[in-house]
Amino acid sequence: MVLWLERHTFTLMIVPAAVTVLAIIVFPLIYTLWMAVQEYSMGANAAPRFLGLDNYVEAFRNQRFRETIPRTFYFTLLGVVGPAVLGTAAALAFARQFPGRGLLRTIFSLPMMATPVSIALIWQMMFHPQLGVLNYFLSVIGISPQLWVYSPQSVIATLAIVETWQWTPFVMLIVLGGLAALPSEPYEAALIDGASRLQTIRYVTIPLVWPYIMTAVILRAIDALKSFDIIYVMTQGGPGTASETMNIFLYLQAFAFYNIGLSSAVVVIFFVLLLIMSVGLLVTRQKTSWQ
Amino acid sequence: MAVAGRKMVGRAGFGLGLGLLMAPTVFFFYWMISLSLKTDVDNLAYPPVLLPHALTLDNYVYVFANSHLLRFAVNSTVVAVGSTALALLLGVPAAYGIARSRRYGTALFILVARITPALSYLVPWFILFQQLGLANTYQALILTHLIIGLPLVIWVMLGFFEGVPQELEDAALIDGCSRFGGFLRVAVPLTRPGIVVSGILAFIFSWNNFIFAVVLAGPRLQTLPVAVFSMMSFEQTNWGPLAAAALLITAPVLLLTLTVQKEIVAGLAAGGMKG
Repeated sequence: MVLWLERHTFTLMIVPAAVTVLAIIVFPLIYTLWMAVQEYSMGANAAPRFLGLDNYVEAFRNQRFRETIPRTFYFTLLGVVGPAVLGTAAALAFARQFPGRGLLRTIFSLPMMATPVSIALIWQMMFHPQLGVLNYFLSVIGISPQLWVYSPQSVIATLAIVETWQWTPFVMLIVLGGLAALPSEPYEAALIDGASRLQTIRYVTIPLVWPYIMTAVILRAIDALKSFDIIYVMTQGGPGTASETMNIFLYLQAFAFYNIGLSSAVVVIFFVLLLIMSVGLLVTRQKTSWQ
Repeated sequence: MAVAGRKMVGRAGFGLGLGLLMAPTVFFFYWMISLSLKTDVDNLAYPPVLLPHALTLDNYVYVFANSHLLRFAVNSTVVAVGSTALALLLGVPAAYGIARSRRYGTALFILVARITPALSYLVPWFILFQQLGLANTYQALILTHLIIGLPLVIWVMLGFFEGVPQELEDAALIDGCSRFGGFLRVAVPLTRPGIVVSGILAFIFSWNNFIFAVVLAGPRLQTLPVAVFSMMSFEQTNWGPLAAAALLITAPVLLLTLTVQKEIVAGLAAGGMKG
């Protein structure tokens, strides 16, 4: 017995965590697959009825759902590109030595640590069309006031600004980690060749940290696609349905309209989409390198 | 001379760039604090009062008098501490087991938790918890928040355990320690910084979480983010108290980040994770 325990120590140490993950993640996912083929409505007393793929068909027939698809990708694109560009720039800055670097880097990373509901609340006040400080700043430099989250045309871009502000530090930290691990030889070679600082960044640094940038992009794409807190707190999908991303649509269908069958089908579609995207991005990451 | 001049210009350009990158963050937090300390009149003035002349704590007094912030703080603490403790209890041994037996497939499998959108387990949980009579209990919230902490602890700790040389534990084995004893007496003390960082990160992301509690917690069990979200609809443009509440609920997180900044940055870089 003691010998058996000794031989299987490592396995036994993994089992509790693995069982927990199975119970709280994998099991619900399977349960969702089952619910997606049922007619299931919360509160209704009727027993669930087998529907087959009807819920999936209904999801794609549902115009409100179809409209969330391009909207979600638009938001995701902005929410990836913004943090990727700014985060890489910030990482290049923080890789240099200068007084106060540690403290400034910490302050810079506060947005990703702060409570999202608090963040959303304050941005909401700053975006206020009449009293908000942002329209005041715009007026100072001669730009007419914007409606920000209060207009269907600008709401997604505005939410992407908040998303970018919040997650730029995340990209910065990952890329900074990559910069810290760089070898020094290519830099010495560039120095000997008389490359300027900008040329060195363009032709030496960026290609070397490219895998880290891609890792950050992959994680960011996954997170932006499932972004919820900021959008829900600031607009709840509005005005109208203008900022209803797939995740918000899902939430409203499930917990405002109690449309469990449909939302389970959407969960499955959403999950498959995330999986395809993660795998796709991972594959591109393996294949591409910066030219 | 020319070289020195170019260096100066380069430095000024660097400072300007850094300033531009930092400005939105610095201004945001400045504005959050200033909204919470200004009078109503100042908060709703246009043009906005950028440098307040009179500061007041009235907004904070108002928040404590008109909401059950302390009760929600207890809820948030119970859930965050409970789920973090459980995540460490399950995650630290698991990370060690994975690192030593090189079963990285298991780690990958746990990464699925990182990809899956929260709503895909929230729907089935909601139904299950209601059927089990667990809806609206601390246990349900702690269990769901485990999804935030557990993968994070495992991924951060994996890196730390890989850094512990196997020879040290082998020495302990020769001295008559069991494998588990080697873990407890050698590996755990050596990776204490990792345990602290992953614990802090799990705590922060549980504390910040909004979506689980908004669905699973009734009015009495609300955590702070949910409570502040509900305040939003009552208070409308009562900006002072709202900003005060927003600052109060995120203050513990910000202070924690500022105190253990170096460790947190290292942990985040190692884990590449968030809730």
